[in-house]
Amino acid sequence: MSLIKIDQLSRHYVMGSETVYALRGVSLSIERGEYVAIMGPSGSGKSTLMNLIGCLDTPSTGRYELNGLDVSEMDDNELADIRNREIGFVFQTFNLLPRSTALHNVELPLIYAGVKLEPRRQQADEALQQVNLADRKLHRPNELSGGQRQRVAIARALVTRPSIILADEPTGNLDSKTGEEILTLFDELSQRGNTIIVVTHEEEVALRSRRMIRIRDGLIASDEPVQPLSV
Amino acid sequence: MTFFTELIEGLVIAWDAIKANKLRSVLTTLGIVIGIMTVTLMGTAIAGFRASFLTAIASFGTDVFHVQRFSWFFASEQEWLNARKRERILFDQVRDLEQELTLSQAVAPVAQMGRSVTYRDKKSSGVQVIGTNEQYLQTSGSLVAGGRFFNRSESDGGRPVCVIGANVSSNLFQTLSPLNETLRIGEKPFSVVGVLEKQGGLFGEMGGDNSVIIPLEQWRYQFYSRPDLTVQVKVGSLDRMDEAKEELRSTFRRIRGVRPGEADDFAINQQDQFLEAFNKVLAVIGTAGLFITGLSLFVGGIGIMNIMLVSVTERTREIGIRKAIGAKRRAILAQFLIEAAVICLIGGLIGLGIAFPISLALKSKLGGAMPFSVALMAIGVSLITGLISGFLPAWRAARMDPVEALRSE
Repeated sequence: MSLIKIDQLSRHYVMGSETVYALRGVSLSIERGEYVAIMGPSGSGKSTLMNLIGCLDTPSTGRYELNGLDVSEMDDNELADIRNREIGFVFQTFNLLPRSTALHNVELPLIYAGVKLEPRRQQADEALQQVNLADRKLHRPNELSGGQRQRVAIARALVTRPSIILADEPTGNLDSKTGEEILTLFDELSQRGNTIIVVTHEEEVALRSRRMIRIRDGLIASDEPVQPLSV
Repeated sequence: MTFFTELIEGLVIAWDAIKANKLRSVLTTLGIVIGIMTVTLMGTAIAGFRASFLTAIASFGTDVFHVQRFSWFFASEQEWLNARKRERILFDQVRDLEQELTLSQAVAPVAQMGRSVTYRDKKSSGVQVIGTNEQYLQTSGSLVAGGRFFNRSESDGGRPVCVIGANVSSNLFQTLSPLNETLRIGEKPFSVVGVLEKQGGLFGEMGGDNSVIIPLEQWRYQFYSRPDLTVQVKVGSLDRMDEAKEELRSTFRRIRGVRPGEADDFAINQQDQFLEAFNKVLAVIGTAGLFITGLSLFVGGIGIMNIMLVSVTERTREIGIRKAIGAKRRAILAQFLIEAAVICLIGGLIGLGIAFPISLALKSKLGGAMPFSVALMAIGVSLITGLISGFLPAWRAARMDPVEALRSE
């Protein structure tokens, strides 16, 4: 069974008198353990696709099955639950809570999952260790570098052991050196069996994945495996 | 468990948010502080007013009827105009009444008049000189602090003896013992045989504490032979009040020559009536007072709502993050409700913290310090204010679309 099964998914927005067709019927499936890049220029519909895959938004038509569950018809609260359990987000702008420590930021998904304090602390600690930030756990985001912040965000994405790690331009706000660090981290996470979907418009980032899906004008333009870079 | 975890998280967030905007939080809280202060002080004043009145009215005795020409309260002007024509209650009528009543313990006719009382070179003016019989001690519920009350033979014989109230005693005799001393009402000398215990309170100041009690016969001889009397009738048992009242009424109607079918030409007054009338007045004062002071709390609540709306707008992105991570609507709603409630609760506690010492300082004027119930109510009210004024902003936050919220700057 595929982890993600998308069938003729479309999404349009009504803006005043105009209807914008952001996604015009996309079908694809992603297996557990894959490392996929979704590429496309701005306005191509890749962000819309990401929002749908991430269960932040619901499709206008079509069907989306995540881990065997039809999420296309779910309501707000059910989707929140799915996001909490199945998806770990990594955003371009990190999206950490500025007034909370790294540890508390990482704990947050577990709080909404209703995990008690003791196991919560432990899991959050482990997640921070995985991204090599165990010694920074009591720092607030403004006391951390960009790369460190993104690693906190990745720890937060990992902490619930989600089915998918969904990253939206994860290196977009980082210099190339720290960007490289983050991508290396993704490589490691992928090797450990995590399913990773990266949305990006940067060729370099996309080339680190194993499969590249190009979106153009709301449709899949191409979907092919990435040849491993020869070193 | 989830609820508890979310509650703790809500409290942590609320505290962080309040700390992050210190000045704003202080100013917002100020509205609630003032609101709670005014409401609790008003509540204290009303409770104190009520308590001191109840203490005062207790001296009337719950099992005592006051038979008088007029009712204490008139329902209409017409009633008053009709009552004006009534004949006085005379001494002979009371004597007949006393003999015929079987269900009552004590009957005392009472006549009174304001007079100056002197002892050597000291003078106390505006003293109530009460003429009555020896049963007055029972009907009035007074207690003798020193000496004794005058007895039956002194009463019947109209002896020039007197029992004095606590204030009269302290005014004329200071620390000396007044017993067996002679004081003068007008020119007439009276020997002091007893001193009453201080009643205190509103009615004590006006009545008992500031009175000199003499035998009615003597009073009539000194002042006026045909006074309009009040008859105090003590039943002695609360169970027999209705029967005793009926007996009193029918007997006195006969004595007064009221024909069947005619209305009573006297009134039987009771403490209950006072209480009833007082409660009506207090309800009006209380409602008006709490409404007016409640307005300031209402304004405070609007302030909270306003600032919470701003807070929700400012933290749109945070809401988006939380939703993306898996916060349900309920969790977001709870978060902002808790924040509003915490601000109000802090405001309420500060308000209480200021109002309580004020109520202590004004204890004598307010008729007592803040009762526990008022303090408890204040905390409840501030919580509820927070929840009400926080609801709209919190609801708005809870319903935000995560995609939109994450996009905001």
